[in-house]
Amino acid sequence: MKNVQKNKIKDIFLNYGVILILYFVVQLFLKSGSVSSLMKGLLVPLCIYSILAISLNLVVGISGELSLGHAGFMCVGAFFSASCSMLLKGSSLPPMLIFFIALCIGAISAGFFGFLIGIPVLRLKGDYLAIVTLAFGEIIKNIINALYFGVDKNGWHFSLKDGTAVALGEGGKWIIKGAQGITGTPKYSNFTVGIILLLLSMLFIQHFIHSRTGRAVMAIRDNRIAAESIALPASKLKLLCFTISAAIAGIAGVLYAHNLSSLQALPKNFGYNQSIMILVFVVLGGIGNMRGSILAAVVLTLLPELLRSLNDYRMLIYAVVLIVMMLFTSAPGFIAFRENILHRLFRKEVNA
Amino acid sequence: MKKQLSMVLAALMAASLVACGGASGEKKATEAESKANAESSGAEKSGLTWKIGGQGPLTGGAAVYGNAVVNGAEIAIDEINANGGINGYQIEYKKADDEHDQEKAINAYNSLKDWGMQFLVGPTTSAPAIAVGTEAEGDNMFLLSPSGSAVEVTAPKNVFRVCFSDPAQGTKSAEYIGSHNLGKKIGIIYDSSDVYSSGIHDSFVAEAPKQGLEVVADEQFTADSNKDFSTQLQKMKDSGAELVFLPFYYSEAALVLTQANTMGFKPTFFGCDGMDGILNVENFDVSLAEGLMLLTPFAADAKDDLTVNFVKNYKEKYKETPIQFAADAYDAVYAIKAAVEKAGLTPDQSVSDLGTAMEKAMTEISLDGLTGTGMKWNEAGDVDKEPKAVIIKDGAYVSAE
Amino acid sequence: MSFISYLLNGISLGSVYAIIALGYTMVYGIAKMLNFAHGDILMVGGYAAFLAFNQMGLGIPLSILFSMAICTALGVLVERVAYKPLRSANSLAVLITAIGVSYLLQNLALLLFGANPKSFQSFVKLPALKLAGGQLVISGETMVTILVGILVAVVLLLFIHKTRAGQAMLAVSEDKGAATLMGVNVNGTIALTFAIGSALASVAGILLCSAYPTLTPTTGAMPGIKAFVAAVLGGIGSIPGAFIGGILLGVLENLSKAYISSKLSDAIVFSVLIIVLLIKPSGILGKKIMEKV
Repeated sequence: MKNVQKNKIKDIFLNYGVILILYFVVQLFLKSGSVSSLMKGLLVPLCIYSILAISLNLVVGISGELSLGHAGFMCVGAFFSASCSMLLKGSSLPPMLIFFIALCIGAISAGFFGFLIGIPVLRLKGDYLAIVTLAFGEIIKNIINALYFGVDKNGWHFSLKDGTAVALGEGGKWIIKGAQGITGTPKYSNFTVGIILLLLSMLFIQHFIHSRTGRAVMAIRDNRIAAESIALPASKLKLLCFTISAAIAGIAGVLYAHNLSSLQALPKNFGYNQSIMILVFVVLGGIGNMRGSILAAVVLTLLPELLRSLNDYRMLIYAVVLIVMMLFTSAPGFIAFRENILHRLFRKEVNA
Repeated sequence: MKKQLSMVLAALMAASLVACGGASGEKKATEAESKANAESSGAEKSGLTWKIGGQGPLTGGAAVYGNAVVNGAEIAIDEINANGGINGYQIEYKKADDEHDQEKAINAYNSLKDWGMQFLVGPTTSAPAIAVGTEAEGDNMFLLSPSGSAVEVTAPKNVFRVCFSDPAQGTKSAEYIGSHNLGKKIGIIYDSSDVYSSGIHDSFVAEAPKQGLEVVADEQFTADSNKDFSTQLQKMKDSGAELVFLPFYYSEAALVLTQANTMGFKPTFFGCDGMDGILNVENFDVSLAEGLMLLTPFAADAKDDLTVNFVKNYKEKYKETPIQFAADAYDAVYAIKAAVEKAGLTPDQSVSDLGTAMEKAMTEISLDGLTGTGMKWNEAGDVDKEPKAVIIKDGAYVSAE
Repeated sequence: MSFISYLLNGISLGSVYAIIALGYTMVYGIAKMLNFAHGDILMVGGYAAFLAFNQMGLGIPLSILFSMAICTALGVLVERVAYKPLRSANSLAVLITAIGVSYLLQNLALLLFGANPKSFQSFVKLPALKLAGGQLVISGETMVTILVGILVAVVLLLFIHKTRAGQAMLAVSEDKGAATLMGVNVNGTIALTFAIGSALASVAGILLCSAYPTLTPTTGAMPGIKAFVAAVLGGIGSIPGAFIGGILLGVLENLSKAYISSKLSDAIVFSVLIIVLLIKPSGILGKKIMEKV
């Protein structure tokens, strides 16, 4: 019993304490002015990718489904929330309230889309589920790129055709301008907000995993037939899990949108490549391991930036490192080798 | 198992953090050093240099534009250094990859800032340029984008550009087609997922009726399906278009021309500055481009000394023919030089002071460059220059006038 | 009349997807992995053929052979170094190394050949077929791609069902452990699959670049993904399914461009994919034909 208690405390420390300590250390460095601009600029993206990684881990690790469309949910969250703050910008509301409203809208819209997609899609299995989520991500990107959304005195105008189809009246302004997306999003994201959202997401996910529902989801993952035979509503629970995950990805999207002044749905940021990158964080960090996901997200986001001095060889080295890391963490041969070494090192320490 | 996994990752992360810390620490030291140098040896010009950064997508799908920009700028900087630098100070140059992504663009900008950059030639593409522009406004860093053509790019006061804005090109193209009677029935194909292309399209469509042009077919493609244009071309053919306007880049245009030829569809094709480069696609059958017209400020086979020299140097150094992006970047560096000389600046001034002085000086200079003669900038940061209309005859550009 | 011509355009695009999808589905059937690097091997095949033909001055047949040899070697090498050590690990781990390989190949090509597009000279010397007084045009590339596609599908089917090596492939795809017990060389069989799959990628690359003649380091990326979608649409693992899926995808793409919106064609194609999968969760031919490679 005592041991369990101790483990729990250790767990809580590792989950939240480490993040908090890191946060204060970084703040200290920031105050002393010894952080490079590059690192300063990376703080918010690090939070964004960490949140994305744990949200996808909820689907991949806990409910055992493969999703290749997570960037799509991020995209939904980003565009809905940025439209919202563009509409409210210039009103008398305080910025933090606008951001809060935008945050809610982003999370709810992404969760809603997750729910919609989830209903039919979770009937599929394995790679088919993956391909459908990939398709969904691409659909979202394609539609956003074609969407024109302007506002003037007469209200809101939408068009999927082109910019000339919407004749904005006097004083009208574009919110989403087709391929150009949203320009001039206010910058509400900062490191503190990012860390708070990361901690909240982590808290929520951890709580969910350890709740009755969460354990039921894991039971379904491990053996669906057995779980259904004790009357667990498998589809419903998986859908719930998927919706929560989408909503949290939406939160990451909100952070993303409010960190940059121009929001455009490019293949690089909301395409299938991004979805796959998030999956890389999850797999590399250990499926089902939330802390590992965060670590992997941080390492893999920092890596290409640290390689900048290599210039032309940067992405090449990055690719090689990615392959090697994967082999090192997952290949049975490497694992045996590594364990062997760790074992020896450990024994030596004890002896000494 | 999991524990070990996270241990390995933790070790990696710690290592990377240390590397970061180390890098930034070093950076600090060198900065302090250079400052000390600046103070102690103000008379000694040799210790001080200008630091100019170049930025664009050097990897990924848009790499061709970013590489052209950083290479073009490098040629100009080498030339200037060989001729004694700017105001007697040599230039140091560093390039950074933004992968055509807003977030990576900020990272690239920050890494250049850490290096001590004073002026930026970039970003190359519009979305990163908008994101970086806003970020740089806070630092009051002077940005001269060679090719960020969306209207919003020059919205911050510290951002200027060398190329035309998109609407300006669309309007000018429509005016040119109208006034030269190149055809009344116009078909358009454009890349709806690209800011540049859809920007030109929108302003062209708005201007066309004023020039007595009728847009009979208006078709799109996206970056995800930019190989097969046969359906769009079929629609152009069915609508009886006499002239097909292609406001996008030459790599896709080469496909359009090939496919139109296969179909036996032969209208007048008309392009924008992005079309320049089509004759230099390695191995391209130039006869397919016969009769193609384009409105461009730069043509790689122009006969003036400046262009001939630039193209020769570029080919020697990078083994390929420069496209308009490279020319824009080359002009950008010379514009910076002219403005710095006009304002009499020195590298020991702070970035913000330099920025303020440059914003004023840019509006006072007049530059004869590769992409125009007598280029002048207004306060908004946009350039005033005339595009040249060229037509391709026997595999070479000929002035259309 | 224009409908027929849209249809033909669609078939021509679809035939390219189909031939890429054949390689995809083959590797998936045996190794049970989504080889995301397939599209990039195809790009390498395009560059190899370009180099052989334009720089080394080899003739067309030799260039094709050269390109196939390079791709086969590359495919086997990649399998040995990046995929084989992970064979008994989580299937997602292999997916990730495949992504790594894809990045690696793209960036290697960028360093070696630069970002500027190269214009690929069509290897198909057949003149275009003109019907109905020039109203309908079928390009030589289309005809050849379709023929090669059918040929490859038939030969693959024959190979799998009529040869020992093919039977071994079937056995491995069914149950690796049992296959080992029956004396099948599993490693060799998987290597052979990658060799064949990569050689097919090279052929697909040459046909893709012949039909759409610009070659850049990212040439293979989007067709690769679309072909993957095509393979799933047809029922992944099924050879006729990959062929049908590819053609269908191309036709869908072009018809939606023609009649609905050329801007939203990607969204429409992907929506159709979702709907098909909801009705037939294992693709069009996924269930009926149980023969998995």
